[in-house]
Amino acid sequence: MNSSVPLLEVNDLVVHFAGSTMGLFNRSDQTVKALNSVSMTIRSGETLGLVGESGSGKSTFGRAILRLGELTSGSVLFDGVEVANGTSGDIAWLRRETAMVFQDPYGALNPRMTVGDAIAEVLTVHNKIPTAKLNERVQELLALVGMDTELASRRPADLSGGQCQRVGIARALAIEPRLIVADECVAALDVSIQGQIINLLIELREKMKLSMIFIAHDLAIVRRLCDRVAVMYLGRIVEEGPTDRVFNAPCHPYTQSLISAIPEIDPDKPLPEQLLGGEPPSPISLPNGCAFHPRCPIAQDKCRDSPVPALRGEDGHLSACIFSSESIFPQPT
Amino acid sequence: MSPPVLSVRDLSVIAKTDQGPQTLVDRVSFELNRGEILGLVGESGSGKSMTCRAIIGLLPSSRISISGGSVILRGKSDLTHLEESDMRKVRGGDIGMIFQNPSSHLDPVMSIGGQITESIRYHHQVNRAEARNRAIEILHQVGISDPAQRIDDYPHEFSGGMRQRAMIAVALACNPEILIADEPTTALDVTVQAQILRLLMDLREKRELSIILITHDLGVVAQVCDTVAVMYGGRICERGPKREIILDAHHPYTTGLIDCQPSGGSHRGLVKTIAGQPPSQGSMPTGCAFHPRCAHATKECAQTEPAAVDYQPNHMLACHHPIGEINEGGRA
Repeated sequence: MNSSVPLLEVNDLVVHFAGSTMGLFNRSDQTVKALNSVSMTIRSGETLGLVGESGSGKSTFGRAILRLGELTSGSVLFDGVEVANGTSGDIAWLRRETAMVFQDPYGALNPRMTVGDAIAEVLTVHNKIPTAKLNERVQELLALVGMDTELASRRPADLSGGQCQRVGIARALAIEPRLIVADECVAALDVSIQGQIINLLIELREKMKLSMIFIAHDLAIVRRLCDRVAVMYLGRIVEEGPTDRVFNAPCHPYTQSLISAIPEIDPDKPLPEQLLGGEPPSPISLPNGCAFHPRCPIAQDKCRDSPVPALRGEDGHLSACIFSSESIFPQPT
Repeated sequence: MSPPVLSVRDLSVIAKTDQGPQTLVDRVSFELNRGEILGLVGESGSGKSMTCRAIIGLLPSSRISISGGSVILRGKSDLTHLEESDMRKVRGGDIGMIFQNPSSHLDPVMSIGGQITESIRYHHQVNRAEARNRAIEILHQVGISDPAQRIDDYPHEFSGGMRQRAMIAVALACNPEILIADEPTTALDVTVQAQILRLLMDLREKRELSIILITHDLGVVAQVCDTVAVMYGGRICERGPKREIILDAHHPYTTGLIDCQPSGGSHRGLVKTIAGQPPSQGSMPTGCAFHPRCAHATKECAQTEPAAVDYQPNHMLACHHPIGEINEGGRA
């Protein structure tokens, strides 16, 4: 691999889903604009956190770049190879280099298959290993994700949510991927188990030099785990930058309200007085201009009238707000 | 001081299974005062939802039943002995309940207004027009803009946060004194969660509503609750004022739960964890349910169940080896 080429480079990725144009009573354009011109790069060994509220397009992005979902336009370069319009050979190659960990640990496993078979299936499909060595490798993988190797003969129903998620991670690691997309992979777990899985991901990332896209709505987890953060709102990235800088000095009003809404375990910190009103609009009819302007506390006429603000900033900390350069925000020290 | 609005004493719930009876809720006791927000915290399967369902007599299966204890409303009637017809008057009239997923607890083929007026007309002798006016008023109170226009909408025309507001409106339509909120913000985005929590706090101020808030998020507890009860394996292991529970907890599970929140500590890198898995039904450990995961456990913990002791008037603890200094001066 050429080190100057980023592992993943996404340019102007657009994903639109054609809605039912034939309603029961009316015909209308119901195209869901899930992703609108998203660009991003991920370097080798980097963990990127993708945060945003439901419907912001973060899962769509994760699926589109792995080619698990359709994409409308744009380019996706994985290790310098264009896979957005790739040949079936390119896609097969992409499948061997990337893996996904899903939100629902039970739903992602076949209930009738033992844990060992589920992991072995991945190894056989990708011809990773001769059949004779299959069992040995399955045991290795189970040990790697911190599971008792005796559990290989169990089925998902016998396991807890945390254990199932470990199996999901073992399956993802079986192909020795260079990039893992983890889509809300701890959201369904209890807090005490969440921590165990986050720590496992941190350890594995160091050990295997993995790149990771970590999709989550829980900002506290993203802050723990990720080197960089991208905040999405209605199918666009509104802010992107190194984790510490985004959390300590957010530039976009949406990021600011998102961070101030995280409940902290501090009995002296009541609910913030200034709450962000409203809810994200439907991705079918996007607002003009900046998509955030109907909820934005500092919005002015030009936010509605100007074209969609571009991401800009310095030192890799970018924000898509026309005011962010005017430094009207108090910058916490 | 007036008696507590709700007083739960040694409430136990058992489930009949093929392997014999299993205890889901084990001698849970707490009091809820007027205008108080009590947080019921615990992991899935700890019995927090089951406790609340037992209080309002909505246990999910005929194999699950209350096996002991009492639930005293306003110092008078014991809800565990009420006939179903009387219990119906309590539900909605005295105690309202809201749930995690509004989409599955609102009737999809009935308008929002219809669901509110149904409740009003069941509990009060009023005509349709009067009930409708009250419904508009209550929608306004829960922060639905333009309620006179939206009252005839159906749940699918509302967004997620608005549906949660609508469910609160249905629950509060007949002015209950108590609201039981079962993970009301878990399915919502963080900015909308803050709006709903603010609404619950406003309703507490305006109506002196008492709220039992079931949640797994200690951050939410820190923001809105007055008192916290921590549940593990069907029992309350520690209960006390919010400040004491968060800053000065004595049960190893409570401190473990606080330490393993991802937002705590340095914000970066490894999270503290509680080793092991929460107990599952049917394999409840002997003695203290938490002992297999507890760093302070001794032989005693595995053998005898720790008694629930009020070591201060408002702070209950069930642990053989509590963490930190305990001032037992107030012990009753």
